[in-house]
Amino acid sequence: MIKLKANFKYNVIWFLIMVAGFYLMNTLILVGVIDSFIENMLVTIGINIILATGLNLIIGFAGQFSLGHAGFMAIGAYATAIVTQTNSTPAGFYISILVGIVVAIIAALIVGIPTLRLRGDYLAIATMGAAEIIRIIINNLKITGGAAGMFNIPQFADWPTVYIMVCVTTIIIVNFIHSRAGRAVTSVREDEIAAEAMGINVTKWKLAAFVLGASTAAVAGSLHASYLQTIAPNDFGIMESISILIIVVLGGVGSITGTFVAAVVLGVLDTVLQNFGTLRMVIYAVALVLIMIFKPSGLLGTWELSIKQLWRRPKRKERVES
Amino acid sequence: MDTLFQQIINGLSLGSIYALLALGYTMVYGIIKLINFAHGDIYMLGAFWGYYVINTWHFNFISALLSAMVVGAASGVIIEYFAYRPLRHSPRITALITAIGVSFFLENGMSYLFSSNTRDFPQIIKQVNYHIGGVLISNIQVLILVTACALMVLLQLIIKKTKMGRAMRAVSVDADAAELVGININWTISFTFALGSALAGAAGVLIGLYYNSIDPLMGMTPGIKAFVAAVLGGIGSVPGASVGGFLIGILETFVQSIGLSAYKDAVVYFVLIVILLILPAGIFGKNVKEKV
Repeated sequence: MIKLKANFKYNVIWFLIMVAGFYLMNTLILVGVIDSFIENMLVTIGINIILATGLNLIIGFAGQFSLGHAGFMAIGAYATAIVTQTNSTPAGFYISILVGIVVAIIAALIVGIPTLRLRGDYLAIATMGAAEIIRIIINNLKITGGAAGMFNIPQFADWPTVYIMVCVTTIIIVNFIHSRAGRAVTSVREDEIAAEAMGINVTKWKLAAFVLGASTAAVAGSLHASYLQTIAPNDFGIMESISILIIVVLGGVGSITGTFVAAVVLGVLDTVLQNFGTLRMVIYAVALVLIMIFKPSGLLGTWELSIKQLWRRPKRKERVES
Repeated sequence: MDTLFQQIINGLSLGSIYALLALGYTMVYGIIKLINFAHGDIYMLGAFWGYYVINTWHFNFISALLSAMVVGAASGVIIEYFAYRPLRHSPRITALITAIGVSFFLENGMSYLFSSNTRDFPQIIKQVNYHIGGVLISNIQVLILVTACALMVLLQLIIKKTKMGRAMRAVSVDADAAELVGININWTISFTFALGSALAGAAGVLIGLYYNSIDPLMGMTPGIKAFVAAVLGGIGSVPGASVGGFLIGILETFVQSIGLSAYKDAVVYFVLIVILLILPAGIFGKNVKEKV
């Protein structure tokens, strides 16, 4: 389903950039330019990037307006919390991520198969309802600690883990988008009826994007739980879904680069405005409305940073000149 | 049998609040095809306004209710003018995100200005309980039911009998055609928002009396439940919204009475998903076939 081969050259280049970025960050941490405060900010940004790229795949590329991303995040977070409590080893942590992904995929199938038939705002409400159902169930189970949540979750997710997970999920999602599957998904977004007429199984591809987005959300949830060590059902309410949505919308629906930029911008803003408390949320809300009114396509629209384009561009210019 | 009647009474008074909110959703959706997420927050504004005027200016029930309706209507019109009007011709998802933004703004703005603490709503009407054949009815429940029904009848009269109501119905059927026959679209949409938001403001004061406690985030869950009620009744249909509101209220109290109160919200969401799947047009809605 995910073809790495066709874009192999570019994947290698991106991989090298990621490795270089990793060593750059590690040196900065060693030298002391990045202190624990900034590191904390970077981890939050990383987790938000994973969440928002997954949601951008669902909203921006598959065109399915989902408002239930926090529900899948909650599944991942609680999977990690429960598994690492009994098996408190790094291996246990990675098993818990897998458990989270599997449970999230099952939940996404249960939610997605019936609701993805709906369109637009109805789908938004239905997915939001589904996420709330997940949250309420977690809130009432014994194993999840009820409304008080879970404490003292062993911390296995540090900055390198989060960085690697961001790279892995991004590579998977970007390759999904650039594969045959991605084109099928995008065609569903553009015109469902026309896509169906071309022989594309609309339900299947919608569901594929939805499930992939949900499983990355579960990974982000696992990292969130393991890094913060404390989770409660109320962390995964409608508000959380909306704040992920804000990142996607701000960066540009349909631009993974935009999602990265927006997550970094909002993450830095968050740290700077930390002292403002509630006022910060007011500023966010006003910003969201203003962006929708004046630049509904977001900061970057559907523009992507692509090495392929960087190489091709000079050639195209030459042709125009000659 | 008594408990059954008791639950129906409780359900009806809660349901009338949902019905009032659902009417606003259904009218706005009928006319501009937008899920007005901020509707639940106008209800919150109404409740806070009632709290404020009763405590500081010692309004009585009627004047608090009427002034909350005016405040609700004004805020609805202002929100429509600044947030939704510039987006009237943009994709519906854009408008929906804006509505979420407005809702977020009102909730956090109120938390910022007046702190997010829960506070007690002043009890201007002393609660008196009546025992009628083993069923306990409080005067507040009767008051809520009567006020809500009176407002619904009034709304129905405005929509069916007045010129403005006819304009509203015309715009919701076909906005372009309505403009051609000389209806001022902007004015009609503002009027629709004013009507719906006034009902939400009234519902805010009524819920304050019923539950005694208000906070800046109180609008979110009832707002979504009222939307579920509007979908259940058939979105765009005024009688449907009232019936849907009562049904959701009764459903919620029944779920509570069989000991599943922790799951009452989950049941409402579940009902929403089921309805959207098997009866997408709702009880009173018209089924519209999609054309290529």
